[in-house]
Amino acid sequence: MLSVTGKATPDATPASALRTVGVTKVYRTGDVEVHALRGIDLELFSGELAVLLGPSGSGKSTLLNILGGLDSPSDGQVFFRDRELSAITQSELTRYRRDHVGFVFQFYNLIPSLTARENVSLVTEIARNPLKPEEALTIVGLGERMNHFPAQLSGGEQQRVAIARAIAKQPDILLCDEPTGALDSQTGVVVLEAIDRVNRELGTTTAVITHNAGVADMADRVIVFGDGRIVDHRANENRIKPSDLSW
Amino acid sequence: MRDFWRLRGQALAIALVIGSGLSVFIMTLGAIASLEDTKSAYYERYRFAHVFATVKRAPERLIGRIARIPGVQTVEARVVEEVVLDVAGLDEPASGRLISLPESGRPKLNDLVIREGRWVRRGHPDEIIIGEAFAESHGFSPGDSFSAIINGKKRELQIVGIALSPEYIYTIAPGALMPDEKRYGAFWMGREALEAAFDLEGAFNDVTVTVLRGTNVDDVIDAMDTLLDPFGGTGAFARKDQISNWYLDGEIETLKTLASVLPVIFLSVAAFLLNMVVSRLIATEREQIGLLKAFGYSDWDVGRHYMKMVIAIALLGVVFGYIGGAGVGRWMTEIYAQFFRFPFLLYRPDPGVYAAAALVSVVSAFLGTVTAVRQAVVLPPAQAMLPPPPPLYKRGLMQALGLTRVLDQPSLMIVRHISRWPVRSALTVVGTALSVAVLVTSMQWRDAIDHLVDTYFFRTQHQDVTVSLSETKGVRVIDELQHFPSVQTVEPFRAVSVRYHHKTVERRGSILGVPPEGELSELVDVDSNPIVIDGDGLFLSTKLASILGARRGDILTVEVVEGQRPTLRLPVSGLFETYIGTPAYMDLRALNLAMNEARTVSGAHIAVDTNYETALFSGLKETPAIASVLRRQSAIDTFNKTMAETMNIMTSFYVAFACMLIFGVIYNSARISLSERGRELASLRVMGFSRGEVSYILLGELGVLTLAALPLGCAMGFGLATVMSTAFDTELYRVPVAIQASTYGYSVVIAVVATLLSALVVRRRIDRLDLIAVLKTRE
Repeated sequence: MLSVTGKATPDATPASALRTVGVTKVYRTGDVEVHALRGIDLELFSGELAVLLGPSGSGKSTLLNILGGLDSPSDGQVFFRDRELSAITQSELTRYRRDHVGFVFQFYNLIPSLTARENVSLVTEIARNPLKPEEALTIVGLGERMNHFPAQLSGGEQQRVAIARAIAKQPDILLCDEPTGALDSQTGVVVLEAIDRVNRELGTTTAVITHNAGVADMADRVIVFGDGRIVDHRANENRIKPSDLSW
Repeated sequence: MRDFWRLRGQALAIALVIGSGLSVFIMTLGAIASLEDTKSAYYERYRFAHVFATVKRAPERLIGRIARIPGVQTVEARVVEEVVLDVAGLDEPASGRLISLPESGRPKLNDLVIREGRWVRRGHPDEIIIGEAFAESHGFSPGDSFSAIINGKKRELQIVGIALSPEYIYTIAPGALMPDEKRYGAFWMGREALEAAFDLEGAFNDVTVTVLRGTNVDDVIDAMDTLLDPFGGTGAFARKDQISNWYLDGEIETLKTLASVLPVIFLSVAAFLLNMVVSRLIATEREQIGLLKAFGYSDWDVGRHYMKMVIAIALLGVVFGYIGGAGVGRWMTEIYAQFFRFPFLLYRPDPGVYAAAALVSVVSAFLGTVTAVRQAVVLPPAQAMLPPPPPLYKRGLMQALGLTRVLDQPSLMIVRHISRWPVRSALTVVGTALSVAVLVTSMQWRDAIDHLVDTYFFRTQHQDVTVSLSETKGVRVIDELQHFPSVQTVEPFRAVSVRYHHKTVERRGSILGVPPEGELSELVDVDSNPIVIDGDGLFLSTKLASILGARRGDILTVEVVEGQRPTLRLPVSGLFETYIGTPAYMDLRALNLAMNEARTVSGAHIAVDTNYETALFSGLKETPAIASVLRRQSAIDTFNKTMAETMNIMTSFYVAFACMLIFGVIYNSARISLSERGRELASLRVMGFSRGEVSYILLGELGVLTLAALPLGCAMGFGLATVMSTAFDTELYRVPVAIQASTYGYSVVIAVVATLLSALVVRRRIDRLDLIAVLKTRE
């Protein structure tokens, strides 16, 4: 089994943001047991942009859900900084998501009854140290369309609102699950640029899930999943700008 | 079927609402049908008469002439007298009606059901059969005895039998509102004994007849009046005006009103709920519908699939309705049967009622959902397979109001969601409001009765006791009453039996002559305004005036049917509103004058020192000329007790049904919101909103809608109560709309509790939201 803990970048020892130790996840549906994760040891470092690559069903989304506090492992431990996430209660997990994690999903999950600005405000109202909603929307290039409802925005725009909403609370970790999955490549690039910009400008530790190998080159590190295990990982010497990615 | 199972909670809630409506429908119609059947069978079997008449004294030979009136089938002449009783264990005098039995054989008409003991024997003038209600309330059985003042003589009477009579299902004392089993009863004695006691040998003072099928009863009545008038006839009347039958019919009418209003409410709410649920179901199954149609299923196949589910829910409701309606219906009917003391009960649930119930609910379910199903059916397959466009929200009004600045985002979501689906939100509000309205309507009866009692007994009656004389006496009798111990004030009255004629309307009634300066029986209208009786005109209750079609200033022809039987022309001097009966008042002196008689009275109101009431009562028990003694407090107690018996049964059923209605509406609204917005709510949970905060968004919407529904429901309750009160506008009584604040309060509290309970059930589902599954799927 391939382990990806420990030092991976050539720079001075970066701080650990998230760390998993021997995480497994087994789903039971009736008599069938599905082993979604079979012992994952992984560390995400503060400020890095990691791409989790793999075919569907390889376990990367399950891991992301566990890292984001949406799910808990069947076995093994998960640490956020020094705190063991796998040992805390549901309401503490809610607290953890609220204070530290930003999510971006394939299907945006915006609130249709709120405008772009209001969707972002939804988060800033409960965050400790938020950006202004306008600021967050400007970062993703939507300063002009703040008063539009989701139904009035294109898919790419909606996803960028979702990113703005995720980063507005200045999370420590940004987790993106197939953020370009529902978008064409041109629009996808715009979305990835937004994620890239957030990572560079705010220094948010970012994990992007994709099954698209082309996206991997924008990352600091690439972790490849297969059948519930990490089958490969590599560090990119140079991050390529999303606009230069070949898709 | 699978859809049905998935929606089982909602399906069950809707089925319960349908079931509640049908239960009310079936149980009330069942009760009405069986009460009517039982009544008819009882009347038929015990030969209840069709026409009734009383005279002062008519010779026996007149019977032959009555029998020869065309259409008359059977004639029975009797001696009937009101007497005062002295019953051990009861301070105040009871009174009763003595009715003669033929010396041989059973009565030809108005036969008795002997429940215990035997018939009276010829030559035993002190043997008596007593009514069952009176017997039970005093614990009498055959072999016991009590005494009565019969024509001035105190006599000891031996109880030999206990009986029921179709003529005295309701045994109501003259002038009383409600039956008082303890203080008034019907009694049967041998004819000879009664003739002897009241000096009516060879004569009768009461006659009843049955008529042949197809006979016009009014013609018989006219013919009888012609024969009887010279002998002091007070006017023959038909079975429908016979007091016991009249009350019984009134009770059945009341049930009919209830049966017509409530099921309609329940079934329309159920139809709305079905529409809501099916619309939502179709929205979630849009793609499947497209797929099915792409595979070649026809519109009809798809439509049938959803209709089947709707019908399944409706049929489940029908099953609930059958169970509830049959079970509770039987029970309720038995309570009524006991109340009326029917000797038997015909409870044959009418299959027609059941079939109608099933049909009505299936049709209303069908109508409720047909538009929703149509939407599914007409979707072209290609379009159906695409996800529906996201709902478009608009800024606009709220922006203009500046609400967007004041509200936090979750509250904004609530407001936007409500205003985005205004029709559905409005229907939810209306549904909840209807439940509140049903609660208010059910519970306001108590208030109405209290108000009625307060107005009738406390504002207008200040006497403690009302004494009726067995025949009119000179005003001197008032002085005699004045000398009884503990009496403080005595005020005479004179009741005169009359026939009113105005334009084409003719009507039996009576005029009550009262002293204009009277203090005990103060005349006030429903708004507590005093009515001053003066001049020589009539003061009519508005109900009587409307029956006669008379207005203030009209001249009425009044045919007096007692004494010298003058025909008077009296002006209508004033109208006043009453809740009970159809009274008409006149100045006592003017009445005496018009009657061309000396100052005579037929009874008196008496105020006594209540500490010494007993002394007055024992005095009255010994007084010959007195026909009945009514104690006000007893009348109030009886009224309340009787009302409580019938009202509380109905009210508690309706409150239970209203709770189901609220639960059905709130639970369904919440479940549908949850299914539509599960994704939104899950997104919020992912973003770190707590369960409470997420519940706020969903349940907050329900809260806002419920809050809006409460005042609306109270207003609708008031409206419904008004409608009901119009429906209960009978000659006997008008039910005022006098809803107390506390009734609104209780309704609101019950509604809020029911809402909270449904919210709690839904809240548990919010807590179990599967965050990951929701986020992974496309809407």
